[in-house]
Amino acid sequence: MAAVADTAKSIEAAAGDESPMARAWLRLKRRKSAMFGLGVVILLILVAVFAPLISPFDPAQQAYAFVRKAPSWRNWLGTDESGRDILSRVIWGARASLLAGVVSVAIALGLGVPIGILAGYSGGWTDAIISRITDALLAIPFLILAIALAAFLGPSLTNAMIAIGVTATPIFIRLTRGQVLVVKTEDYVEAARAVGNNPLRIAFRHILPNIMPALLVQASLTIAAAIIAEASLSFLGLGQQPPAPSWGSMLNTAQRFLNNAPWMAIWPGVAIFSTVLSFNLLGDGLRDALDPKER
Amino acid sequence: MNEPLLSVRNLKKHFVGSRSLLGTAQGHVRAVDGLTFDVARGETLALVGESGCGKSTAGRLVLRLIEPTSGSVRFEGENLEGMSASALRAFRAKAQLIFQDPYASLNPRMTVGDTLAEPLLLHTDLSPADRTSRVAELLQTVGLKVEHGQRYPHEFSGGQRQRIAIARALAPAPKLIVCDEPVSALDVSIRAQVLNLLQDLQQKFGLAYIFISHDLSVVRHIADRIAVMYLGRIVETASAVDLFAGPRHPYSQALLSAIPIAQPGAVRDRRLLPGDPPSPINPPPGCHLSPRCPHVRDVCRTLQPPLDADASHHATACHHWRDIASSGTVRASADAPSPELIRLFARFGAPTA
Repeated sequence: MAAVADTAKSIEAAAGDESPMARAWLRLKRRKSAMFGLGVVILLILVAVFAPLISPFDPAQQAYAFVRKAPSWRNWLGTDESGRDILSRVIWGARASLLAGVVSVAIALGLGVPIGILAGYSGGWTDAIISRITDALLAIPFLILAIALAAFLGPSLTNAMIAIGVTATPIFIRLTRGQVLVVKTEDYVEAARAVGNNPLRIAFRHILPNIMPALLVQASLTIAAAIIAEASLSFLGLGQQPPAPSWGSMLNTAQRFLNNAPWMAIWPGVAIFSTVLSFNLLGDGLRDALDPKER
Repeated sequence: MNEPLLSVRNLKKHFVGSRSLLGTAQGHVRAVDGLTFDVARGETLALVGESGCGKSTAGRLVLRLIEPTSGSVRFEGENLEGMSASALRAFRAKAQLIFQDPYASLNPRMTVGDTLAEPLLLHTDLSPADRTSRVAELLQTVGLKVEHGQRYPHEFSGGQRQRIAIARALAPAPKLIVCDEPVSALDVSIRAQVLNLLQDLQQKFGLAYIFISHDLSVVRHIADRIAVMYLGRIVETASAVDLFAGPRHPYSQALLSAIPIAQPGAVRDRRLLPGDPPSPINPPPGCHLSPRCPHVRDVCRTLQPPLDADASHHATACHHWRDIASSGTVRASADAPSPELIRLFARFGAPTA
């Protein structure tokens, strides 16, 4: 009996004092594709932050002697129709894209999570009204709603981010509500009530941390969708305004020169593709690593 | 001190079973259908009955974790009904709950220390340093180590988790703890430890327990008084000694006759009830046991029997319990026990078993 207890103790000691998040990180580290995604995302963030230091040219600097030049030693990725350096524009464009991805998802989380918690936790009429509105909003295609909102607000990067954020909010309302409905029937939530917590504390101290994994996964996937949406809005002229660089508006300009200057389209396209792919790989990896069954 | 700590009168909870298209309630599940009992300070009252008889619902009604349909709960003379939300949260310091499943009742994203500190944060004015030392004290009280406070629930075994849950219930210094099947999810080898811990704590802190269980051997070990429930009602209540010595209600008799006897060659008169418990959505009128009772008469099918108490406070909800022989008779088995079994009992059996 004592020997059994000793073994149990040593196993316990080996497990260490790890928080659930620390264990999830260990699982994430074992997934190559997720780590690749994370690596690219970190690289992109560094590129965006240090854009002024690493870009070889001013992204708005025009040079009419170098209009639509193919990639060369001077302009590694070529130049566009005004002779601007495409590498510099792709580097600066990362700022607009990442900013749009992160800020619009932050808006969506900031609006969606409290509303979703309210709907899921209070139930009844509150839930019914919030859920019906959410359903109605989700019935409208994501991009169409974002375009309509952005057009209504007026073309600018800020308005594009607000439009994308508001459009993505119903996704988070519904996800949060569903997760709250699952978690609120758990014994530990009833225990929190029995101990004398008020509803607000139960929602934010006991329920929210337990639905974070699902929100985190959805957030990383929605960042990818938001980056595409920002590129689409900029492509349509509703996002980042020229001459400020954005991958979407670069693509828009490039389509007129697809035959004689394909590099104008290829590089912003590659940038969008790899960014979105990386966020999706990271999101999928997070989903596996945070699997509640392994909690 | 004559006033009971907790006094429950005609408590009912009818859940809405189904709703029509327009949202009006159609069927009602009578989970708890008129409970009346008292719990004295420092006493253990056991609620026993099979699954679905409403015992867990009763426990949560007492703590007002769910709202009763009707009836009253008084704690220290104060009616819980009509209490403001904040007064109710203050009451929660005095009456706590221990859950059946220790794997589900602890927040997986809070350290054990945070879980134990929370009731202190809510109900006391202790400084953070005092809270930490009180948490350490609580961990030691339930037989855990101080450094366990920094760990997360997933790092503990079922028995240890149940100790943590007990420590959490103790933290606000309650007077009553509702234990909802606290050992059913545990290994048999751990059960006795947890039960003994509960008994030690009761003596140390003068706690009253409402001990909800379907396990009669556990109940016999821990309870002062027992209330047997069937389909949302109490059918018999008596001191543990009296009930085990001579159950009077046909349902209690059937329930107790299912306990095996640790004595070779002896068997109980098994009293089997035919059929299954009826649905609580549409319980039979009169006595709920009437469709299954071997002693049923016409009056049973129409009139609900009241709890009829005798001088020793042994109360039975049966119209003619006086005519039914109290059971518990043990007789010799028709088959002679094997000599090996007798030798085993002679060697390992307790002298007074």
